[in-house]
Amino acid sequence: MSDHEGMRRRDVLKGIGITSAAVGIATTAAPPVLTEAQAQTPAQEPPHAHPHPPERHADAADIFRYFTPPEAATVTALVDTLIPKDDVGPGGVEAGVPIFIDHELAGAYGRGARMFLNGPFAQGTPQQGYQLPLPPADLYRVGIADLNAWCVKTRDGKRFDQLPVADRAVALKALEAGQAEFAQIPPRAFFNILLQNTMEGYFADPIYGGNRNNAVWAMIGFPGAIGMYEEDIEKYRNKQYVVAPKSIQDLS
Amino acid sequence: MATKLKAADIVIVGLGWTGGILAKELAETGLSIVVLERGKPRDTNPDFAYPHVHDELKYAQRHELMQDVSRETLTFRNNSNETALPMRQLGSFLPGEGVGGAGVHWNGVTWRWLPWDHEPEKMTIARYGKSALPEGMQLQDWGVSYDELEPYYDKFEYLCGVGGKAGNLGGKKIDGGNVFEGARKRDYPNPPMIQTHAGDLFEKAARSLGYHPFPGPSANMTQSYINPDGVAFGSCHYCGYCERFGCEMNAKASAHFTVIPLAAAKKNVEIRTDSRVMKVNLDSSNKRAESVTYLDAAGREFEQPGGMVILAAYALSNVHLMLLSGIGKPYNPTTGTGVVGRNYAYQIGSGANVFFDEKTWMNPFMGAGALAMNIDDFNTGSFDHLKEGFIGGGGISTPSAGGRPIGFRPVPPGTPGWGTDWKRAVVRHYNHTLAVVNQGSVMGYRQNYLDLDPTYRDRYGRPLMRMTFDYQQNEQKQANYLADICVNIGNAMGAERVARRGAPQRYSIVPYQSTHNTGGAVLGTDPTRSALNPFSQTWDVSNVFVTGACSFPQNAGKNPTGPVGALALRAADSIKRYLKNPGPLAPV
Repeated sequence: MSDHEGMRRRDVLKGIGITSAAVGIATTAAPPVLTEAQAQTPAQEPPHAHPHPPERHADAADIFRYFTPPEAATVTALVDTLIPKDDVGPGGVEAGVPIFIDHELAGAYGRGARMFLNGPFAQGTPQQGYQLPLPPADLYRVGIADLNAWCVKTRDGKRFDQLPVADRAVALKALEAGQAEFAQIPPRAFFNILLQNTMEGYFADPIYGGNRNNAVWAMIGFPGAIGMYEEDIEKYRNKQYVVAPKSIQDLS
Repeated sequence: MATKLKAADIVIVGLGWTGGILAKELAETGLSIVVLERGKPRDTNPDFAYPHVHDELKYAQRHELMQDVSRETLTFRNNSNETALPMRQLGSFLPGEGVGGAGVHWNGVTWRWLPWDHEPEKMTIARYGKSALPEGMQLQDWGVSYDELEPYYDKFEYLCGVGGKAGNLGGKKIDGGNVFEGARKRDYPNPPMIQTHAGDLFEKAARSLGYHPFPGPSANMTQSYINPDGVAFGSCHYCGYCERFGCEMNAKASAHFTVIPLAAAKKNVEIRTDSRVMKVNLDSSNKRAESVTYLDAAGREFEQPGGMVILAAYALSNVHLMLLSGIGKPYNPTTGTGVVGRNYAYQIGSGANVFFDEKTWMNPFMGAGALAMNIDDFNTGSFDHLKEGFIGGGGISTPSAGGRPIGFRPVPPGTPGWGTDWKRAVVRHYNHTLAVVNQGSVMGYRQNYLDLDPTYRDRYGRPLMRMTFDYQQNEQKQANYLADICVNIGNAMGAERVARRGAPQRYSIVPYQSTHNTGGAVLGTDPTRSALNPFSQTWDVSNVFVTGACSFPQNAGKNPTGPVGALALRAADSIKRYLKNPGPLAPV
């Protein structure tokens, strides 16, 4: 990560009224990694606490619109666990996936605008698909609350984002296997939508806030929105095709 | 209270491929035609403008061009012992909505179904005897043979500018084309597509195994084209954004820029979008349709009287409207009586993912919806399928339809779904993997059907349609047998690893499989087994005609748009005959 990106990310955190020290967003993507002591800092802001005015305004596109600051911290930690920054390529957090998810949930998708949400509601077979009365935004709200309650209960009073990085992966595997005990919803319902949206944000066009600078497309060798291969399809048959990926914005 | 409108001679419900074809063909009669489309108007420009249309999230994930299930959906269960529950979001199949229908976001694969697919009952009994049919299988003929449909297949291919290579010209088999296809009178209007490396590997491997590979028939233009109606098509860029997208180049045949504008230009044709048909109203004898009731964008109710009604919506919507309107007797799986909802079918998928070394470059993003190499050696009627223990078969292919990465991220089995090891596998395999897939046929069964749900209602207060469907042993045997063939082809390519995908245990409505829903209002010569006579006319209400894949008595190992288009063109000729002398076109 460049210094510029590191600065920008810190601005984002300030912009939403949290800092790493306050709620402990430790990610593999961005320093500083929290100490154990910092990670155990109480989760809740005092009532009516106003964040200090930021020294610089963050980009509007980087502001969380749907998640509360503690929810944003949880989702950031979840995304960072699903797609860590490593020697392979960009981490989900630096790629902008938490912002992508937040912005999707703040809009028509999050409200289930194209879902059938009439009752009655019943639990069906796996073949019958999703049957909860919750559109995606509500599913995240309930799922995050259930996840953190389960973590607090089973992991020394720590919420998900307060866990050491290695423990987060263990918790997420339990979630994926349906072995986490959630109070309100089946844990896999939350895991499934989280994984789906994380992948969407990571690989989608950067106009949606993820896949920043086309870095994920560059990692796998996908040219993006270009799509003009009539001349190349024969020329590059069984040959590597190297081109800087272009987003819709780059081509507009 | 519905506002009653001025009567039209012909009312068409739905403006996709079949509604567009019928509006254009019947406009020649000079009769007044009203077309009602539930969705929005749209056109290539501005709706599919580059680069904005190359947006995988919007179109492929969020289904911008598809049916909005918050308004209309269906319920589903695997069998009648279960309680059906609503399809709350799209998944397994993606019906269209808006002008052009699903024909806007299709891939452009334009088959002629094989002769067997039109007359499977006759051909199976002739070859194997009646005892060959498994318990519950309701194999039946269309009442329209391949040869009868051939001129219409030809007309649709030229309308769409299909590129391909003939394999059977007037009975003469041609190497490099599909030697299993029915005899055609002339070749395709355009040459085949340029193959990818994946297609080349498939072709060589299939040939080495003694099979008969050929390039798939494609309505993605292989050169600039002007069809017999004078409509100009652009040449395909192989951009890889076909399925689920509109084409910015008019390089993928679609009704919205071909038949529909030609119909709309006629003074006697009126197209009303945002007009959602609630039901067809019959007279007191239930023998004649008098009008349709629809809602406009503001929710106002209108009654549109018409001399005749053509149901040209998506296959499932046509059956739903027939059930809601009392057109034909609903099918009852317990007694086996009734015809509307009978023989609903789908397709079954299996195959192999084939993983190569890092020196083999697939460039999966270079592709087109209908770009594929295929074999029909194991398709319906091409081989001794009963010797292998089943009836039917499937088309095997290696498609190169694009490598959009939200949807296309192949990794070998055993790879974790997330984390660093997952990411490493995605990077390793993205550019070095292909698939060999079986698109398997599914026959009609006594227990697979459509009816009205007793519990759930749509936004407009109408009962949802209920789908009861599961895969049967016959199809599972077929899909497993063809999966083994796919594995053999993969192994013959010299791959590092071939991962077999066998038959699904149960049908699930969750993952996308194909928008190839068939049956429910099938063609036939026997009114106790079919809702439509061989002229696409309902047996019980002679001024109602029905088009689309709901007409097929069973599903084939091929995409359905070719026969859907051909049947619509044939229905137009049948309706012209009907209009001269209204009444049943086949003796009841």
